[in-house]
Amino acid sequence: MSYRHTISAGDFWIHEIKKGEHFRIVDLHGNQAVDTLFYNARNYADRYSAQDTIREQRNIYLTTGTRLMSNFGTTLLTITGDTCGRHDTLGGACSNESNMVRYAIEKRHMHACRSIFMKAISTWPGLEKRDIPPNINFFMNVPVTPDGKLTFEDGISEPGKYVEMRAEIDVLCLISNCPQLNNPCNGYNPTPVEVLIWA
Amino acid sequence: MFEETILFEETIRAGASWSHVLKRGTALRITDVEGSANVGALFYNFECTTERYNMPDTLKAQHIARLTKDFVLYSDMGRILCSITGDSAGWHDPLAGCSVAGRDGFLIELEKWGLGPRDLVANINFFSRIDVVSDGRMSYHEGNSKAGSSVELRAEMNVLTILNACSHPLAQHEPKPVHVAVRKVAPPAEDDACRISRPENGRGFILTERYFA
Repeated sequence: MSYRHTISAGDFWIHEIKKGEHFRIVDLHGNQAVDTLFYNARNYADRYSAQDTIREQRNIYLTTGTRLMSNFGTTLLTITGDTCGRHDTLGGACSNESNMVRYAIEKRHMHACRSIFMKAISTWPGLEKRDIPPNINFFMNVPVTPDGKLTFEDGISEPGKYVEMRAEIDVLCLISNCPQLNNPCNGYNPTPVEVLIWA
Repeated sequence: MFEETILFEETIRAGASWSHVLKRGTALRITDVEGSANVGALFYNFECTTERYNMPDTLKAQHIARLTKDFVLYSDMGRILCSITGDSAGWHDPLAGCSVAGRDGFLIELEKWGLGPRDLVANINFFSRIDVVSDGRMSYHEGNSKAGSSVELRAEMNVLTILNACSHPLAQHEPKPVHVAVRKVAPPAEDDACRISRPENGRGFILTERYFA
């Protein structure tokens, strides 16, 4: 292994992954939402797009074989392995503001992924708030029903499940390891995940 | 007291793009002239454009994967940009994004307002419907919108509205024209259908009204 790192719940991780390298995220303790964005490392305006990704494969779930597409049609990475089976890209990242809408205005103070993204971009020249589009939620289960409802189901991940992908170009990866306590996306117990990169 | 006065109206030709700052207290009615139109749409807070329509926040606050009357469009800041106050098409697609032509139309209009590629976010496709089955597969639903169908968006903020009349990215047919009309409307009442449609939206209106306090 050329790189190995554990991301605590509520922490961010930002790192370049080179073309051809393999990238694995391991759900160490199970049912942990990993809010993830990717950018073309040479042009951050060319970045992960949830809509382009699901439309091009005609399926709302991400799993083995999914090409993670940019807003300009670039294939950023391809998912090459997945022991969980299904990942979400419609639920986005939690935020202080969306928690106020969804749960109670008094919930503003609670830790949230969008704030973790803000902290991350403040450390990384070249990224601003407008570079935070809708993300991937690895290990999260958000089904859509035929009559157009969106539901948040209990996770289908378990300790040790992982998702693995291959970078098709040099990419920058930004992760917020979700601290949400108001819904079952982390099993009400946010836990660390591990990231691994190898050639 | 609040006479419903049409301020202006015009036609967006098939395949064309359009933009306008829709003022709080006005509403935009979009009409599908010939049937099977599609209107790609993006929305920004005109006063601070880093606040913009947020697809996930809109869907998860209301537990929906479609848009219709009584739902609202959330920004990333917990505020309501627009409410859907009228709809005779019944289903509008928030999932499938835009075609290359649609993206070009968005970019041309965004650049006119000092915005650009980094401001492209997930868009809405008015008048189009995507069916999703239990294994997640998506397909385009033919014939969702009939000639004369309309949708009305009431601006709850001053909203930079970017539209294009390009085909849905999964549709096989040519783009169609739409008609737009902007009129003055009354502010949302205490018993407004969008405000009371679910408790989340009640809080969304409170946060939006606080912004203007």
